[in-house]
Amino acid sequence: MNVNVNQSGSLAVRVEQDVVLARQQARKIASEQGMRLVDLTKLVTAVSELARNTVVYGGGGDMDWQVIEQSGRIGLRMLFRDEGPGIADTRLALTDGWTSGSGLGLGLTGARRLVDEFDLDTAPGQGTRITITRWI
Amino acid sequence: MATLQGSTLEAIKNNQDQLLDQWINSLESNGATRNLKEHELRQQTSGFLQLLANGLQQADDATGNAEEVRRFLEKLSASRAQLGHDSHQTAYFIFALKGPLFSLLQRVYADQPALLAEQLLVVSELLDSLGMHTVRAYQITREAVIRRQQEELLELSTPVVKLWDGVLALPLIGTLDSQRSQTVMESLLQRIVDTGAEIAIIDITGVPTVDTLVAQHLLKTVTAIRLMGADCIISGVRPQIAQTIVHLGLDLSSITTKANLADALKLAIKRLDVGDSARG
Repeated sequence: MNVNVNQSGSLAVRVEQDVVLARQQARKIASEQGMRLVDLTKLVTAVSELARNTVVYGGGGDMDWQVIEQSGRIGLRMLFRDEGPGIADTRLALTDGWTSGSGLGLGLTGARRLVDEFDLDTAPGQGTRITITRWI
Repeated sequence: MATLQGSTLEAIKNNQDQLLDQWINSLESNGATRNLKEHELRQQTSGFLQLLANGLQQADDATGNAEEVRRFLEKLSASRAQLGHDSHQTAYFIFALKGPLFSLLQRVYADQPALLAEQLLVVSELLDSLGMHTVRAYQITREAVIRRQQEELLELSTPVVKLWDGVLALPLIGTLDSQRSQTVMESLLQRIVDTGAEIAIIDITGVPTVDTLVAQHLLKTVTAIRLMGADCIISGVRPQIAQTIVHLGLDLSSITTKANLADALKLAIKRLDVGDSARG
């Protein structure tokens, strides 16, 4: 299935303030594409969680975003990438309530439930790449 | 080390008017005069040339006695930053002088190429260092503006209001980062002590995104309020926020929540009445 990229961009996510900018960027693109308020809020919240993980656990990274088109439907795809320590046990990391830090342990799993597609690509010492897609 | 020749200085002094015109032309054609009044610009440019010539005259070497020039540039940068000019436009004030000055030197030293090269280097280095100084001063002013705004925002963000006898409300607006939520929690807890309030309402209508960090801050605040013997209601939970919270897997069932502030106040008054009649 071929995917067309209509628009794309990138945003540095290095410090906590960048999380706010990432959220605003996601909100802007999603509302430009006419996403419904509920879906938009879900996507923005997922972006907020993943961007914060990039800063707190990944030591900073980038967010690449794309407006994509596949067999007639429009979607937003975001890639969060960092060069941090990576995740050793992805099954554990995707367990509700488990955290290696001081959070609630719901960010990663919550984000997964908030979007349509979720892909986690990580290994110890290899950094982390998370791709999420939400269709409109 | 090359030094500035007396004849260079002479040439600058004797051709001030011409330099000034070319300089202003160059500034205008590059849009570095936006929002500036004509006479202001003339005053600034001629003032700077005067200072530069004086400074060079008194100095033993080209970078020496430039204290007055630097102070002048600092004042200029500050005023440009307040006018909303960017760093490029501000620095261009100095760099735009290069062209006119270089062509002047070229004319003066037309038959002495070695001296011309040397003098060009000296003047160029001087202008570069002054330009850098301008940018640095501009940066400092901008940072001061940002710091002040941050402090103002922090102050603005925590208005705890009394809604009823024994009922306090805290309308939250915008982003809840760690520093802000700390300030918010402190001022709310302090007001509960000061007023002896029994119920605090935290209204999140103005918070566009409720993620796990915001939820964690809210949970901590509610726990702290309960530890002080008061109760807490969270209002302003809109439909999209409610659905998001469910998908995130957040458990806020231990907290009383309401869709809007009016409902929360109604509930608070009812609880106070029940408490009073039970006592009375």
